[in-house]
Amino acid sequence: MGAKIITVTSGKGGVGKTTTTANLGIAMAKLNKRVVVIDADIGLRNLDVVMGLENRIVYDLVDVVEGRCKLRQAMIKHKLFPDLYLIPAAQTRDKTAISPSDMVQIANQLRKEFDFIFIDSPAGIERGFRNALAPADEVLIVTNPEVSAVRDADRIIGLIEAAKKGPARLILNRMKINMVKRGEMLSPEDVTDILAIGIIGIVPEDEAVVPASNTGVPVTLNENSRAGLAFTNIARRLNGENVPLMSLENSGGFLQRISRLFAGKSG
Amino acid sequence: MVGFFDRMLGRNRDESSANKAKERLKFVLVHDRINLPPEQLKMMKEEILQVISKYVSIAGDQVEIALEQHDRNDNRLIAEVPFSRRIDLEDVEDEAERNLFNDHNYETRPNRSINPEAYDDDAIDDSEAT
Repeated sequence: MGAKIITVTSGKGGVGKTTTTANLGIAMAKLNKRVVVIDADIGLRNLDVVMGLENRIVYDLVDVVEGRCKLRQAMIKHKLFPDLYLIPAAQTRDKTAISPSDMVQIANQLRKEFDFIFIDSPAGIERGFRNALAPADEVLIVTNPEVSAVRDADRIIGLIEAAKKGPARLILNRMKINMVKRGEMLSPEDVTDILAIGIIGIVPEDEAVVPASNTGVPVTLNENSRAGLAFTNIARRLNGENVPLMSLENSGGFLQRISRLFAGKSG
Repeated sequence: MVGFFDRMLGRNRDESSANKAKERLKFVLVHDRINLPPEQLKMMKEEILQVISKYVSIAGDQVEIALEQHDRNDNRLIAEVPFSRRIDLEDVEDEAERNLFNDHNYETRPNRSINPEAYDDDAIDDSEAT
């Protein structure tokens, strides 16, 4: 059986894929799971800095593919969790340096020794996305409650279905509950209604996220962060626990409806 | 029917920007998902109307043909095509048919209605079954 391979993607850039991947990796490690996070964004590597591991990189994903090192040598152990590893992207190459079958091969090598493998997909719908999608057992789509992000998420959902990797599940990131209440932001219900897809988590906008990436200490390690709690809850759901969707403060009626939706979709 | 189209085209009372975002997204996504170039969609609509106008006279400025989607793989083309009456040529043919009926010549038209009432102008609105 081995590890479950989960690809985090979005279509649009800047919605929080890398932040999400880093935090799910940390959250899963906190649950005592053996985890690898892979940065598949060749040429624009960032997962290393978000996780605070940038100064430990010797080898990268392309070095593994091109045989300059063993897979183990490219795996960077996290400072706090001995069972959490990062495989960084190459920074000086581009996405054509690896192929979807390379990714499948690497993921299969890791499967035996780990519980979860998270792959941080690059933005876009081209080669880099195909590479990240190829080994996936499950796909998480990160989006924001904004027109352009939701439109791109829809495109990605179509491509995931066409690749027979669905059904993907949604992470709605940077939710501002007060704006929803004022009718100034799409609600979680609006977004799931439009995309017709199950939701696995709602991450509230949280000012702790930027300082977390400033320092390379993901927000999930901050016990007081609501975003951190949301990521922990997503990790628990991925782990098979039945965790109700977080009640965002003073949430009112719509979250109850969303909770029902979630309960329905997750069976 | 009007209410249905109001909803479909986003003409409803919720003026919030969130609701506008939702309606705009629905419109954009239905076109994104079917992957039919806009000019071909336009051609298809025009050809449909050409066919309909062979039989009835269409109130062209009130025609609405739009795509609707219940989920990703359930696409519908919904048309609202108001028309006033049959075009005149058809009416002449009706007269001919009525004369045939008066001559008790039913068996020459076995597949047609034998009730002349059905050919009155007022009776032509089976088309609501869109």
